[in-house]
Amino acid sequence: MEPLIEVAGVAAPLPQANVDTDVIMPKQFLKGITRDGLARGLFYDLRFDSAGRPREDFILNQSAYHDPAILIVGPNFGCGSSREHAVWGLKQFGVRCLLGASFASIFQDNCFRNGVLPIALSVDQVGRLQGICSDPTRNRLRVDLLHQCISAHDGVTMSFDCDALRRDDLLNGRDAIASTLQFCADIRDFERVHWASKPWLMPVRS
Amino acid sequence: MSAIDDRTRTLYDKLVDAHTVRSIDDSHVLLYVDRHIINEYTSPQAFAGLRESGRRAWRPEASFAIVDHVNPTAAHRTRAIADAEAARQVDYFESNCTEFGIELVGVLDARQGIEHVVVPELGIALPGMVIACGDSHTTTYGAVGALGFGIGTSDVEHVLATQTVVYTRLRNMRIRIEGRLPVGVTAKDVVMTIIVRIGVAGATGYAVEFTGSAIDALDLSGRMTVCNMIVEAGARGALIAPDSTVFDYLERRPRAPRGNAWRDARRAWESLHSDSEAVFEKDIILDAGEIVPLVSWGTSPDQVVAITECVPDPALESDAIRRRGMERALEYMDLKSGSPIESVRIDRAFIGSCTNGRIEDLRSAAHILKGRKVASHVRAMVVPGSSQVRAAAEEEGLDRIFSAAGFEWRQSGCSMCLAMNDDALAPGERCASSTNRNFEGRQGRGGRTHLMSPAMVAAAAVAGKLADVRSFDQD
Repeated sequence: MEPLIEVAGVAAPLPQANVDTDVIMPKQFLKGITRDGLARGLFYDLRFDSAGRPREDFILNQSAYHDPAILIVGPNFGCGSSREHAVWGLKQFGVRCLLGASFASIFQDNCFRNGVLPIALSVDQVGRLQGICSDPTRNRLRVDLLHQCISAHDGVTMSFDCDALRRDDLLNGRDAIASTLQFCADIRDFERVHWASKPWLMPVRS
Repeated sequence: MSAIDDRTRTLYDKLVDAHTVRSIDDSHVLLYVDRHIINEYTSPQAFAGLRESGRRAWRPEASFAIVDHVNPTAAHRTRAIADAEAARQVDYFESNCTEFGIELVGVLDARQGIEHVVVPELGIALPGMVIACGDSHTTTYGAVGALGFGIGTSDVEHVLATQTVVYTRLRNMRIRIEGRLPVGVTAKDVVMTIIVRIGVAGATGYAVEFTGSAIDALDLSGRMTVCNMIVEAGARGALIAPDSTVFDYLERRPRAPRGNAWRDARRAWESLHSDSEAVFEKDIILDAGEIVPLVSWGTSPDQVVAITECVPDPALESDAIRRRGMERALEYMDLKSGSPIESVRIDRAFIGSCTNGRIEDLRSAAHILKGRKVASHVRAMVVPGSSQVRAAAEEEGLDRIFSAAGFEWRQSGCSMCLAMNDDALAPGERCASSTNRNFEGRQGRGGRTHLMSPAMVAAAAVAGKLADVRSFDQD
């Protein structure tokens, strides 16, 4: 995975609460066997009406917001299904950072694993950024993961917290599996002890 | 590992400690996964990733693969799937399992069904295990005292390659439910009550342990319903300390230990409980006697009312984001605030899902349907949670009760819970559903879902509108 150090670009406010992964990536886009082609499915029913025409009132269909690098989202974003397709779709659409008050747990893990940075801020901070970026002339943000700082228009800045391990993985573009496999001897040792004390846990080929 | 010797650990802490391969930092451990359950729709890219990086499965015999999300559920089952994309996904799944040496339950297998129904009924999920699966409802296994949690496809690949996950420790929440459930009130109403009480993010960042006399009194199926659906409150883990209900359920299941191994295991399982001095960061207490039959009215699993209540008024909601959510839900659901929820007419009725597709769920619905007919304007379907549930129901004659009432008696699968196969609502159709998510478009684009217990779905199917199961005979 390529490192993620900074995200700069258009930030689109999407304040609705509890946006679930069914809404982010509807079922008809889940039947692939690759990660490809999911930008089209992103927020499909919000972006398009039943005849497939763009809904003019949806923010990502407005010219100032049609190419966002950042979404400023409502609380509990990404709840529901574990489908990673939701994050693949966001990334393929160009979104590399989500700012919100809270994220669903599986979705948040999926973001970190795909180089999409989910940042939890206070409700007030989210409201403030949504307010600023609702103005199409002030809708660009810069998110600096290295210094854990967000810069908005007019010199507004705010710092943010980030899970140290996930941050480090993103900054270095680390392959999680390769990192874990450094510990393969520990895993083998663990298995030996685990199955010696609880033999019924040892999997057997049927 | 310093906490091991003290007497303040929760059951969750003990399971995490017992599966910690090594600590990574203050909040993360490398966690060993005893069993990995795999389905056809969240695994293709994980297998492809292994292949691209030239990796093998670390412990293929610890994985168990089941086709459940995309298969059709028409009464006559065939290997061929008309939907070309679904067929390709199933074909790819089969070839991946063959290549990586993973046991597969395919479409025509007599054990086929929804993963979270099949895994317990085969005795694959055992007390004290850690189980991961690319599906959010993996919390179900808490009912047998196993820590189950959903993972994304990247972690499916990670588990395949390493048999571990890089795991963030959760905080502990205890939900105690004391007393007796009133007649007509089920485990589904219990968990929906909890979701309303704590909110759809109320358990985010927590593992939830359920305790109390009302939980003790639930059969294993009811406990699975509760552990399954608590994910709709954000929980990434659910647990119930295993007891004789669990041991009786597991004994002689095909994959459960036998003989001396069973005795040793059972003795060890009896110590799987939270310490008396265990510390829970959140403690919730509910009175079972106050729980009533519920139905959802909106598009989030906390937008729920008692069947005797009216559709709520957003104007009374003080929180602006919640109010806008309610207004949007009312519009999507085509409901008017203030109207009695019992007056809402339905077009479809669906009984099934990993939440409520087990034999006990089918029995409770059949009990209401016996000698009754589905309203003429309602299309009603039963999709058993597994082929074994279907066979057991046929043995008991439940299929004849459903068919005589006018329900379609179908094959097993996830089906219209998420409508990835050809079972879906048409735009505008309204469904009484025993499933777990009432999200916009969940059961089909423009479809409107009302969540409730299987008995309440049966009552609604007969009445042709949402109905109070307590007004039906409960003999």
